[in-house]
Order: sequence, then C-alpha cells, then structure tokens
Amino acid sequence: MTATEHSLALFAGVVGVLVIASTIGLILKHRYAASGPNAVIENLNSRIKAWWVMVFAVGIAFLFGKAGVIALFGFASFASLREFITLTATRRADHRALAIAFFAVLPLQYYLIWIEWYGLYSIFIPVYAFLLLPIVAALRGDPTAFMPRVAEVQWGLMICVFCLSHVPALLTLGIPGYEGRHLLLIAFLVIVVQSSDVLQYVWGKLLGRRKIAPDLSPSKTLEGLVGGVLSATLVGTALWWITPFSPWQAGAMSLIVTLMGFFGGLVMSAIKRDRGVKDWGQMIEGHGGMLDRLDSVVFAAPIFFHLTRYWWAA
Amino acid sequence: MASLIDMVAATAVTGLARLVTGVRGNWLGCAPDPRVRIYFANHNSHGDFVLIWTVLPPALRRTTRPVAGADYWLANGLRRFFGESVFRAVLIDRIAEKRQEDPIAVMAAALDSGSSLILFPEGTRNTGQEPLLPFKTGLYHLAKARSSVELVPVWIENLNRVMPKGEVVPIPLLCTVTFGAPLCISDNEDKSAFLDRAREALLALRRDQEDGR
Repeated sequence: MTATEHSLALFAGVVGVLVIASTIGLILKHRYAASGPNAVIENLNSRIKAWWVMVFAVGIAFLFGKAGVIALFGFASFASLREFITLTATRRADHRALAIAFFAVLPLQYYLIWIEWYGLYSIFIPVYAFLLLPIVAALRGDPTAFMPRVAEVQWGLMICVFCLSHVPALLTLGIPGYEGRHLLLIAFLVIVVQSSDVLQYVWGKLLGRRKIAPDLSPSKTLEGLVGGVLSATLVGTALWWITPFSPWQAGAMSLIVTLMGFFGGLVMSAIKRDRGVKDWGQMIEGHGGMLDRLDSVVFAAPIFFHLTRYWWAA
Repeated sequence: MASLIDMVAATAVTGLARLVTGVRGNWLGCAPDPRVRIYFANHNSHGDFVLIWTVLPPALRRTTRPVAGADYWLANGLRRFFGESVFRAVLIDRIAEKRQEDPIAVMAAALDSGSSLILFPEGTRNTGQEPLLPFKTGLYHLAKARSSVELVPVWIENLNRVMPKGEVVPIPLLCTVTFGAPLCISDNEDKSAFLDRAREALLALRRDQEDGR
C-alpha cells in the first residue's frame, strides 16, 4: 500500500471506531432515559462528540501536510500555555517575560521545527529561554517570590511548547525506507496515547476499585491503568504496519508511550489539585481544557521522538 | 456601508477578545434574557466591557451599550470611531464643572429607548491590590430614577493580569465573566445602604465563581 492508502485506511478505521462509540452512547442514553438525566452518560456523549471534532481537525491538518501539522500543534501550544499561565501566580513584573514567551519563544520554536534545525530546536527553550526570561523578569526589579515565578513560566514553556512541539518534530526525522510517510508516525503516537486515555477511562469505569493516587486524581485506578495500558499496547502493536517498527517494536514503543502518558496525567493532576481546579479550562466540551486532553501526549512525545531518533533515524 | 464597517469592527474586536482571553460567560444568577437591564461590573482595564459584550448573545449585544467617559473616548479619531460607532457608548462628562447635561438623565434616556447599559460603579480603573473600590453614587441615582430596571452584578476575573495599566502587549490568559442574581432598589432604601448591598453582591459573586472552578 502507498502512504496515501495507509492514511485513508487509518482514517476510515478511526471514523469506524467513532461511529461505534456514538452508537453505544446513543443506546445508553435511550436505555437510561427513563431514570432521568444521567451525568456520566451525558459526559460520555459530549466526549464522543468532541472526539469527532478533534479527529476532523487533525484530519484537515494532515491534508495540509507539514504546514498543517505545525499550525495545529502551534495553536495547541498557545491554548495550553494560556491555560497553564492562568493558574500560575505571576506578577506585574513578569509581564514582559510572559509576552516574550507567548509571542516570541512559542512561534520561534515552531519556526525552528519548520526549517528542521534539530540542533537549535532541541535546546532553544531549555537553554536560551531558560536564561533569557529570568533576566527580563529581574530587570523589572520585583524580588517577591522570584524563584517560583521564574520556575512556573519556565515549566509552562517546557510542558506546553517544548514537549508538545516534539509531535510535529517527528516530521523532521530522516528514517531510511520511511520517506514521505512521517505523518503516519504522528498518527501512531497520537492514536496510541489517546486510545490509552480512553481505554483507561473505560476500564476504570467498568472495573475500577483500587485508587492509585486518591489525593491527586480520584478517577485513576489500578484496574483502569493495567487494562488501559495493556489494551492500548495491543492497539499500537496492531498498527505496526503504519510505522517503521516491527510488530514487537511497535508494542514496546506503545507500552512506553502509554506509561509516560499515564504519568503525565498524574503529574498534571497534582498541579490542578494544588490550584484547586478540576480542569485546566473549558475549551473542549466534556473533556475540559486543551491541557486536559493533551497532558498524556505532552509527556510521551519527547521520549517517543528521541527513542525513534536514536534507533531508527539515519 | 458604515454599518457594515461597524459590524466588521465589532466582530474583529470580539474575535480578538476570544483569542487572547478565551472568555466564557457564566450565567450563575440569571439567564441572558432580552430585557432592559443595568449590568454593573468591576473595572480593571479598558477591555472590561469588551469582555462583557463578547459573552452576550449577539441579539443582546446589539441593544447593550457601555457607559464611558467622554474625555477618554472622544480624545482621538480612532477612539471616537470605536466609542461612538462600534460600541455605541453612552458618553458622559466625568468632570462635573464641564458638564452640559446631567449624566443620570443621559443614562435614563438610553434605558427609556430600550437599551441595556454596562456600568462601572467604581468610576475609574482599579489598579491596586483591593479587589473592589468603593462605589460612586451614580449607580444609586440611576437606580432611583428607573427603579423598575433590574441591576445585574457582573464579576470579570483575570483581565487585570491580561493587560495591567501601562502595558502595551496583552498576555493571553483565560478570563471569565460571571453574571449574578439581579437586584432592585427598595422604596425607602438610602444611598449608602443600597451601594453597600450592590457592592457586597459583586464581592459575593467573586467568591462564588472561585468556588465554582
């Protein structure tokens, strides 16, 4: 099959899964309609509806190739950083540093990926932004809570911009024998990590008993974790044909990214708990904010990128 | 033609407000009904009424006008265009000695013609640490003059961080606009009691929206 045929087959598969999910959602809604409005089922249905929108947004971005994917993830970084900085305790003296973070660092990071300058995009935020932004903040002369303020802005950039930008950065890897098919590698990462989120939710709702971290996230259970990670690893293994990996390699990669995704969700829950909010925002109905949907991808993407680069890129 | 330009400008302004602040309207104490109302809100930034305006349904947006200082909005051509044509602000003279018309009469006339008003009873932008400044008396006099019009408290959260006074570039941060339960002036309520009650309603709304996050 050609890359286009692979993409079409994959897209048809994803749409097929959504059709099945929507049908189940509808059946549940009708079956429990008599017992009044059911919050869990309503939330399930709005989640499925949002999935349709997200799948089509990604599909349209893929049609525009590299430019589309960079624009999509650039916007996702913007929305995530906006949610992240909203929950930080920045002060007026941080205004200029924040303006630089949003309007210079973020676009520049995606521009460096566009021109495929690996040597700079992989250190630009950890080195240059890390040193420059505290200087800008210090020049405003307000020492109050200086270290937490600087750390919050830096971590926001790392999570929302640096880590997330490693998804489109997959397009810049030169993998022998995989030319012209890099979009499928992005599809693989996103499908495996997101299906792990969904399957953890499903297994957790069906069998979940033992809470893993009740103080951080009451919805994360051991049963959800094991069931979700194992079944998403199976999904990833079954998708080996769209990757440069063999089936067992695809399975190992899936296991790593789903575990990273789970722990990403846990870390981001700790931040939300500390700040006394349930969700990062309300951008995506049923899911919460952009970061609620992407926390797992954020933690999985750089690891997936570097493992692939180390073992498969020329 | 002029109205088309106004419409494009209005769409651009609300679109920009959404892009920067992702603003959400939270109708906690009332519904967005098409009736004449006075929305009174906390005031931190020139963008305040733009946010309120953005979260109003389009039909309400067309009949809701901000009350603003003439000295600011008539200062140059661009402000005049936005103040008069796009926002259709009810402009009042803030400097008492220069006044040609009674500001309460101007506002009451706007209500009588079927417009709702957006009012900032603190009178000026709050740039300090206090969440809310003491209210000026305008809200009381207007409520007295049109006692049947309901007053809706509106709490705007976070805009003071988006664009503090003196900064040029706005920082993208999520903002919320929370609408509380309407209140009306009672027949024999005196000035300070009414203003205290209105101010307390706004502060209570601030606590409610924090609990609701």
